[in-house]
Amino acid sequence: MAENGTNGTNGQGYVGTRTIRPDGVDKVTGRARFGADFNLPGQLIGKVLRSPHAHARIVSIDTSKAEALPGVKAVITRDDFADQSSEFIPAGEMMMNYKDVVRNVMAREKALYEGHAVAAVAATSTVIARRALKLIDVKYEVLPHVIDVVEAMKPGAPLLHDDLFTAGVEPKPDKPSNIAKRIEINLGDIEAGFKKADVVVEREFKTAPVHQGYIEPHAALASVSEDGSAELWCCTQGHFIVRAHCARLLGLDIAKIRVTASEIGGGFGGKTVVYLEPLALALSKKAKRPVKMVMSREEVFKASGPTSGATVKVKMGATKDGKFVAGFAELKYQAGAFQGSPVQPGVFCAYAPYDMENVKVIGYDVVSNRPKVAAYRAPGAPISEFAVESVVDEIAKKLGIDGIQLRMMNAAREGTKAAYGPKFGPLGLEETLNSIKKTEHWNTPLRKWQGRGVASGFWFNIGGETCASLTINEDGTVSLMAGTPDIGGLRAALTNVAADELGIPYDKVRPIIGDTGSLGFTFLTGGSRSAFSGSMAIVEAAKQIRTELCSRACKLWEAKPDQVEFKDGAVRPLGALAEKVKPMTIADFAKVAGKTGGPIGGYGRINAQGAGPSLGTHLVDLEVDPETGRVTILRYTVAQDAGKALHPAYVEGQFQGGAVQGIGWALNEEYIYGDDGKLQNAGFLDYRMPVASDVPMIDAILVEVANPKHPYGVRGVGETPIVPPLGAIANAMEQATGIRFTELPMSPPKVLKALKEKAANGKS
Amino acid sequence: MAKHHIETVVNGDAVEFLCETEETLLDVLRDTLNLTGSKEGCASGDCGACSVTLDGRLVCSCLVLGCEVAGRRIETIEGLAKGEKLHPLQQKFLEHAALQCGICTPGFLVASKALLERSPDPSEHEIRFWLAGNLCRCTGYDKIVSAVKDAAATLRKG
Amino acid sequence: MARVVLIGNLAQLTGGVAEFTISAASVKQLFDRLTELHPEIGPHLQEGVAVAIDGQIYQDTLLQPIEPDSEVFILPQIAGG
Repeated sequence: MAENGTNGTNGQGYVGTRTIRPDGVDKVTGRARFGADFNLPGQLIGKVLRSPHAHARIVSIDTSKAEALPGVKAVITRDDFADQSSEFIPAGEMMMNYKDVVRNVMAREKALYEGHAVAAVAATSTVIARRALKLIDVKYEVLPHVIDVVEAMKPGAPLLHDDLFTAGVEPKPDKPSNIAKRIEINLGDIEAGFKKADVVVEREFKTAPVHQGYIEPHAALASVSEDGSAELWCCTQGHFIVRAHCARLLGLDIAKIRVTASEIGGGFGGKTVVYLEPLALALSKKAKRPVKMVMSREEVFKASGPTSGATVKVKMGATKDGKFVAGFAELKYQAGAFQGSPVQPGVFCAYAPYDMENVKVIGYDVVSNRPKVAAYRAPGAPISEFAVESVVDEIAKKLGIDGIQLRMMNAAREGTKAAYGPKFGPLGLEETLNSIKKTEHWNTPLRKWQGRGVASGFWFNIGGETCASLTINEDGTVSLMAGTPDIGGLRAALTNVAADELGIPYDKVRPIIGDTGSLGFTFLTGGSRSAFSGSMAIVEAAKQIRTELCSRACKLWEAKPDQVEFKDGAVRPLGALAEKVKPMTIADFAKVAGKTGGPIGGYGRINAQGAGPSLGTHLVDLEVDPETGRVTILRYTVAQDAGKALHPAYVEGQFQGGAVQGIGWALNEEYIYGDDGKLQNAGFLDYRMPVASDVPMIDAILVEVANPKHPYGVRGVGETPIVPPLGAIANAMEQATGIRFTELPMSPPKVLKALKEKAANGKS
Repeated sequence: MAKHHIETVVNGDAVEFLCETEETLLDVLRDTLNLTGSKEGCASGDCGACSVTLDGRLVCSCLVLGCEVAGRRIETIEGLAKGEKLHPLQQKFLEHAALQCGICTPGFLVASKALLERSPDPSEHEIRFWLAGNLCRCTGYDKIVSAVKDAAATLRKG
Repeated sequence: MARVVLIGNLAQLTGGVAEFTISAASVKQLFDRLTELHPEIGPHLQEGVAVAIDGQIYQDTLLQPIEPDSEVFILPQIAGG
């Protein structure tokens, strides 16, 4: 049989068009149900008691008074969770250790950060739950704490774990440390490289912890039955991962927990791990009633993982012609209370946009008394690439070569060997640089106190296990079920693909995100993988359907396989057969599905491979107010390689959203700790994220250098956009003020201080 | 202390409810009246996800007490569409892809409607500053601004 | 014979040897052979590594074929956020 290709040749061409998202109406009317929007009859409200100390031994927990309070139906502590042996599992971004997971979910020997969960209650009302928390008597032995990564690395720093020995160093240490791991990559000969350099720039940078800042706090509703089976509703980027963690932590068979992913109000990596879910399940099991738990904004900041703060040293060498000949970096990243910062990808990505012969990058994963770090959009990469892009800019200025030209000369392309080993396939970095160069933005003159900065960025992207099904309903409409939660337009993209693959109108396909009982294991939405992998699974499912329909047609028409083909939504007779029978559409088959063998469907169950990196270049104009230190972003352009944009508007949305997160990270966001180790700005007023009046329109240029390993050429796009802004803005600041800022955020007080120092130095 | 008995009008319908003194209007809307379209992002009036109008005035419902609204008129996201007909703002948000996760969308729609009722032809500057009380973490605001401008144009045409 | 390079800290489990020439037709065979040579690396190959074969990165693909003259890198796994 002649089988159509999988490049949209079947259909009307929805892929690449701006269709209305199928889940849109519910979202603009308030009907869509997010994590906290679901309720069960008889539910209890769960609340968490959290450590007020940054570091303390938990001597005893007395819950008797709380348990006795009328209305309290269950209280849980560390005693309600079996200890876990040391075993590393891939979790969101980093490898996590279950021994650490169980301790992060509920503190055991020690409270390791202010906000660390110590106990939880379920009661008939929020008021009673809060009262019950106050009745839990915890005796703490307060210990000295340490927050800053450099401080935590010093010998004699307060130790968080006496069983943590630095991995990756020889000889193996016999004393515990806060340094969990040292890693290193080497390419070529770094010393020889620096000898070839005509210009060498060395700088040290510091970034503060920042939070993903999703507007929706964590929420979960659990209902455990008498036979131990459980239903869980939660907002998560990965309900199959939630199921796996909860099954492990509660000692349940995986099949016994059914997790439904609610609509999710933002994640950016922060909702790839569990916080409330195991607590809600444990409480529900004890109380024998459903338990609903929702974090307050303060809890989100204090008890859910932000990303690392870091100290980064970069030293780069280039010839006078602009060729990068040596790149060194040393990254020190905070992991929070348990090991597992994203220093590894930080190390790999630091020089990834460039073709360099000699690279050496060292990374340290360091624990400190703040919440365990969780993934945040291209984890680790924004920090290391900020540092490198800043130094690249300095080299450009020293050599008198413009930033685009210099990057172009050194751009990684197909065949370039990455510092972390393999050679790249086709890459779109040069295309993004060219796109920026051609913009009116790049060529617009600037005034005093204004500056322009450019920076590029890299992120690998991943594939992974993904399941999706397509079912033909009796009237010929199609039900699409995907296993990856939709965090920003995925259903629209997948529906475009399904409609094209089956040759049917877009509005005849209805997509849903299936619960864990409905599909095979699907890895979480993250790593810029959901459109990439999801569309691959849909292509597979559609192929199965087309094959099945052709097979049934052959039987109905008594024809041979080469006499039929599937095209434009129907099986069509070829040649002489066309005079005897008419084509049968999907709807025609649907009518007789039962009579011709049963319901028709396809089920893609894959481990998607072949993800291609997405490269981006950002251009920013800004203006500094010398009296207040306030920075205004005047203009912003993003050019990024999407491979193929299944739905251009949602791809642009990723570019714009990531850029604005980067703007916040660069200019204002940071965790501010007091000397007592407590977070001082645990709210949106003082953890100041960009609002609409802080940013201009963000021009999004879609570059498409097809990824040959994907049927449509798709590259993941979600994460790369947050990588270039930090460097681009720092570079623009240098042009505007003459000052190289090496500490983020470049908030008004810092800018003002630097301006005053510069003026004072100028006078002396 | 006994609960308060409150009678009010929500989206044109007369409603009555009981609430504790410390319950906010947002709590009442979500937990008592089952109108979960308004969202809690911060409970401190900083994110605007709970935006409603009270007697036509844009407010954060997390900063209003349930027992304050007796005899007043509340409009929430659930009242924006008229039957099956979406408000032009809702339609334009969809057309412009002005939402990604959608959690902030109800707040933005209520706030945008309040803007357009006062200023039918707002500039980009005016839109951005009016909406500065609504946080969005996904979109970077670009497509939201475009959608509001386009909806304003549609509404002006009548 | 495929040329195999260990990236990052993996070489510490092979006594510092980072490069190998190994005859293996699949990722699984490669892992088995490496483990025969250096048993300490075995558990680390089970979980948490990615394999780049001639430039293409694969994660969790025991059955992925390796050509006789492939260039293979074994790296720590990558995820995302």
